[in-house]
Amino acid sequence: MPESLAIDTHELRKVFGEQAAVKGLTLQVRQGEVFGFLGPNGAGKTTSIKMLLGLVAPSSGRASLLGAPVGDRDMLRYMGFLPEHFRFQEWLTAEEFLELHGQLYGMPPRDLRSRINELLERVGLSDFRKKLLRTFSKGMLQRIGLAQALLNRPRLVFLDEPTSGLDPVGRRLVRDMIRELREADTSVFLNSHLLSEIEVTCDRVAFIRHGEVIRAMELSSLDAGQINVLIRAKGLSPEITAGLSQWGRNLQIGPETVNMIISAESAMPEITRYLVMHGAEVYAVTPKHASLEEVFIETVGKDGGL
Amino acid sequence: MTNIWILARMTFREAIRRRIVATGLVLGLCFLIIYSIGFHFIFGQIVRTASAVSGGSALAAVTPVANVEGANTLLLLGLYAATFLSIAMAALLAADTLSGEISSGTIQTIVTKPIRRMEIVLGKWLGFAFLLGLYLALMGGGTLLSVFLQAGYLPDHVLAGLSLIYFEALLIMTISMACSSAFSALATGGIVFGLYGLAFIGGWIEQFGAILQNPTAIKVGIIASLIIPSEALWRRAAFEMQTPLAGVLGLSPFGTVSVPSLLMIAYTAVYLLATLAAAIRVFEKRDI
Repeated sequence: MPESLAIDTHELRKVFGEQAAVKGLTLQVRQGEVFGFLGPNGAGKTTSIKMLLGLVAPSSGRASLLGAPVGDRDMLRYMGFLPEHFRFQEWLTAEEFLELHGQLYGMPPRDLRSRINELLERVGLSDFRKKLLRTFSKGMLQRIGLAQALLNRPRLVFLDEPTSGLDPVGRRLVRDMIRELREADTSVFLNSHLLSEIEVTCDRVAFIRHGEVIRAMELSSLDAGQINVLIRAKGLSPEITAGLSQWGRNLQIGPETVNMIISAESAMPEITRYLVMHGAEVYAVTPKHASLEEVFIETVGKDGGL
Repeated sequence: MTNIWILARMTFREAIRRRIVATGLVLGLCFLIIYSIGFHFIFGQIVRTASAVSGGSALAAVTPVANVEGANTLLLLGLYAATFLSIAMAALLAADTLSGEISSGTIQTIVTKPIRRMEIVLGKWLGFAFLLGLYLALMGGGTLLSVFLQAGYLPDHVLAGLSLIYFEALLIMTISMACSSAFSALATGGIVFGLYGLAFIGGWIEQFGAILQNPTAIKVGIIASLIIPSEALWRRAAFEMQTPLAGVLGLSPFGTVSVPSLLMIAYTAVYLLATLAAAIRVFEKRDI
């Protein structure tokens, strides 16, 4: 089994009647990678995820997860899934709910017990273990759903909108848990509308539109080679600002501000020193990284792919 | 096998937690109370009339026969109602199970576990079968007990009769589940009760056909039974439990004249298995 790829799909396609929901999805996710799956509404994200999970049969193409074909039952033992708008067996208590899903994973009872305790503690629901899910708030349900997805210590986890319904504390919890998963070499396939979440958690993202990957990129390359810097200072003479061009380009000069693009952060202290030495009063030198949102809009277009 | 068992337990637990069991129990007890009261007065009347008519004359020998016939007819009436309620329970229990969980999404985390879809269907089937067994034990057993305590009467072939009624409930439940794997709960309910109605009217056409000795009517009834053999099971059950005299005399409201053959019972068993296989097949192929 090739250890390197957690997900490997080739021209995965789903047609509903005349309409192709997913035109041809080709993507690779490496083992241990946190992968963000982005795209406008109706881009075919949900159908794609459902095909990978074996919920929906692809019309054509192939896909393997953890080196095994989709739907392989042995492979499912090492997989976790938190569906979007997760709905529950709400007549169960938190503990029973996890017990049921752990049993379906085929976990030995003793291991399951300790794992349930550990996860209830981790998602902050220890005090609610005997409570029926019916009485849970949306955020609590999202937390128990997350615990469910991690019961079997999966090697690959699908999280579909894991932070929807969560307050800032809950969102931070999800973020931290994703980080822990990465440290444990678990691959995470993250579908989220919250680009800021993706930005801080993912290693790599793919943009999809009309059911095709139109761009895949490392997030570390998001602003490689260009950092937008905003300088606020008083006493900027034309001579001083002209001298700034040795560190960067695209200078936009205002009365008390300069906007420019530099190629490395290391230029910032030099710029500051230069400005001070030439008698300017420096209030701020602020780097502005290119945001994922800008890349998103640029990639999928303002119309959102409609 | 383990997975089937887990799903069966889950199904049973769901029925308890969603108060389906409690509701069935309370309403079932209400049914039994009303039935027992009704039996008490009607059977009392039969006994008094029979002994008044015979009045110590030579006809006295007939009295116990009249009592037995009366008790038997009232018993079959009770069992017929209990059967109908069991069938309604069977249809309702299973109607929402697969379709409901697909549309709500609760099935998604189950299907993505290392479990066969077949095991989900079989597990749920087993859970419902157990629930229906309990329900029928209460309703049918309660009816029999009530008659036995009041009249000291038990019909022949009680176990065969109850088994056939249980078989009928299982059949309806299986059909309901198969429909539910493809259609919404509402559509499933419509189909199942539609089929039940077809079986019901087919059964009566066959009965009257037998009384009037009209072979065409009998054939219509048999064809209806082939389409949906539920009513045939009830009529076989009634045949097993009715008194020999009732069989000879012909039509009683809740007994039977035209008796479904054992071949029909075997056909029904195949029918049930095929329906279950269809439920599995449809659910396996379905996009969720």
